[in-house]
Amino acid sequence: MASRRVNQDLPVIARFEVRHRNYLAPDGSIQRPLPSFASDSKLLIELYRSMVLLRLFDRKAVALQRTGRLGTYAVSLGQEAVSVGIASAMREEDVLLPSYRDNGALLWRGVKLEEILLFWGGDERGNQFSGPVHDFPFCVPVGSQAPHAAGVAYALKLRKEPRVAVCLFGDGATSKGDVYEAMNFAGVHKLPLVFVVANNQWAISVPLRLQTACETLAQKAIAAGFLGEQVDGSDVVAMRAAAEEAVAAARDGNGPRFIEAVTYRLGDHTTSDDAARYRPAEEVQVHWKEEPIARLRTYLVAQKMWSKADEERLAAECHERVEAAAERYLATVPRRPETIFDHLFADLPEAYAAQRRELAGEHDA
Amino acid sequence: MPEVTLVEAINLALARAMEDDPDVVVLGEDVGANGGVFRATAGLQKRFGAERVLDTPLAELLISGLCVGMAAQGLKPVGEIQFMGFIYPCLDQLVNHASRLRNRTQGRLTCPMVLRTPHGAGIRAPEHHSESTEAMLAHIPGLRVVMPSSPERAYGLLLAAIRDPDPVVFLEPTRLYRAAKGEVEDNGEALPLDAAFVLREGRDLTLISWGAMLKETVAAAKALSAEGIAAEVIDLATLKPYDEDTVLGSVAKTGRCVIVHEAARTGGFGAEIAATIAERRLSSLLAPVTRVTGYDTVVPMARLEQYYMPSVERIMTAARKVCQFS
Repeated sequence: MASRRVNQDLPVIARFEVRHRNYLAPDGSIQRPLPSFASDSKLLIELYRSMVLLRLFDRKAVALQRTGRLGTYAVSLGQEAVSVGIASAMREEDVLLPSYRDNGALLWRGVKLEEILLFWGGDERGNQFSGPVHDFPFCVPVGSQAPHAAGVAYALKLRKEPRVAVCLFGDGATSKGDVYEAMNFAGVHKLPLVFVVANNQWAISVPLRLQTACETLAQKAIAAGFLGEQVDGSDVVAMRAAAEEAVAAARDGNGPRFIEAVTYRLGDHTTSDDAARYRPAEEVQVHWKEEPIARLRTYLVAQKMWSKADEERLAAECHERVEAAAERYLATVPRRPETIFDHLFADLPEAYAAQRRELAGEHDA
Repeated sequence: MPEVTLVEAINLALARAMEDDPDVVVLGEDVGANGGVFRATAGLQKRFGAERVLDTPLAELLISGLCVGMAAQGLKPVGEIQFMGFIYPCLDQLVNHASRLRNRTQGRLTCPMVLRTPHGAGIRAPEHHSESTEAMLAHIPGLRVVMPSSPERAYGLLLAAIRDPDPVVFLEPTRLYRAAKGEVEDNGEALPLDAAFVLREGRDLTLISWGAMLKETVAAAKALSAEGIAAEVIDLATLKPYDEDTVLGSVAKTGRCVIVHEAARTGGFGAEIAATIAERRLSSLLAPVTRVTGYDTVVPMARLEQYYMPSVERIMTAARKVCQFS
């Protein structure tokens, strides 16, 4: 930690603070009065079901990858509450700009399981998905979607549409200029934009302490001139509540918000990674006690909203959905090779027509 | 018809595009009240408002990334990068996003944006203000690269670029901004992209160039004609995708070709054209395809930049050599 010794003779010209939000403790107990939506048991159960589906889907995706039937895949294990909680506070007409670990948000917004598999299986048609037509696809170059989010939000504001852009990324992305440039611009123009960082403590093998000297990532919003809040990202009630507030504020013309969701990546970075190389097993064990699904289940069971029979029914239902989706994915016939030219431009320039014919096996006269 | 400079033609095209289409927005550093460092956007903010002509923070990556987001939402953003030397932070956005958004979503999202920037040396500018790295951009699949060389083509091609449904990098020859004058009728008529322009017809030799170097290339062609050499001059105008038919048709006629560009030689766009001619018109060639280019050095600062850039004399020497090759 850098020295904080200050010259007491100099006047203070500004003070900043960062708040932390949490409702459900890791043991499912209530920390402070719950937000009003939490009285809606249907909503809580929907959040729960989505997280469980995501976890089972991830498991299937990894199994497909390990058996050579899917490409590299990034699981959400341990941080399901972040993407699900955020997406649940969005409207259909809002615009999602996700990173590659935000399957939970895509699923909530109507993207089909087999479409996600199609993308990770190496087929661009996975991005031509059934979710909102204006949503962005997964962003792989870290943080580079943040300026797009600012551009989207600027367009929404220019056209005076009551819509909000929501941009998701990981803790590593907060070290990139892209994210800061976008936040800075969003602050200047009071854009309808919510930034959400899933702070899962690890950017592949680099721990947060090597990413930043800041006590929180939420405070990065202070430098951009708007509110940043830290949220217990393994508490889906807190995620939903923070997202609801931030999205509503943005929609009402109060400008951008920044949400730091403090969570933990219980799995490897991707199927190509082995976290055991750089991360002690004991650390992971500690965080298994905080994970979002067991936490919400404990609460739901204690509130008599959820039973063992419900759990069994849900597991069977999810299993069936995931298996059926995997089958549809595996049955998807690859595109013809020459179609790689078909969405390069609105109309393929004549200059590339011969290359397309070559790939199609047609021979020029 | 009124005579305007090249930068005034750019301004006319921007104003016309904004007038015709409320989705067109102009953004960049100092493009608002200041009207741009070269005055390309002069008067636009006053006429169309600060929401559609916006001064961005000083962040080039942001400008290109904003364009992608705006375009995906249906706007037609025209971003300005003050000098080509400052375009490199935009490369990530151009390579990873602008050029492939349509493809990676299979047409669900598109990116009708234009990124404008002054191109090239010759105005005694400070360090980092004189680059010509068009080949780097032309290497990016899914991106169009366009460079006008006259007020008329600046007007018509910029309108075409803005109306095009896909991303275009529009490179403006800095040295011709005020030096090039011509008659431009502000009639809203675009010129075709992906098409070269034959500026001068000739049977003995094909001279190919683009942007500011056309000035020296045309001057060389005129001087050569006094020596009895009739040179055809082609303004490539769109580098990506370039008009192979016009180039190959001309070479088939003349059998001799000199390519002139200000950018460094190695990996320059001249190499692409020379390779295409070798692949497709070898039997028409009467002499080796020859390049006259900037040297493989860092662009020198003001005191020596004139020695870096191809001169009329260098072009003529190459042309004579090609014509004397038996």
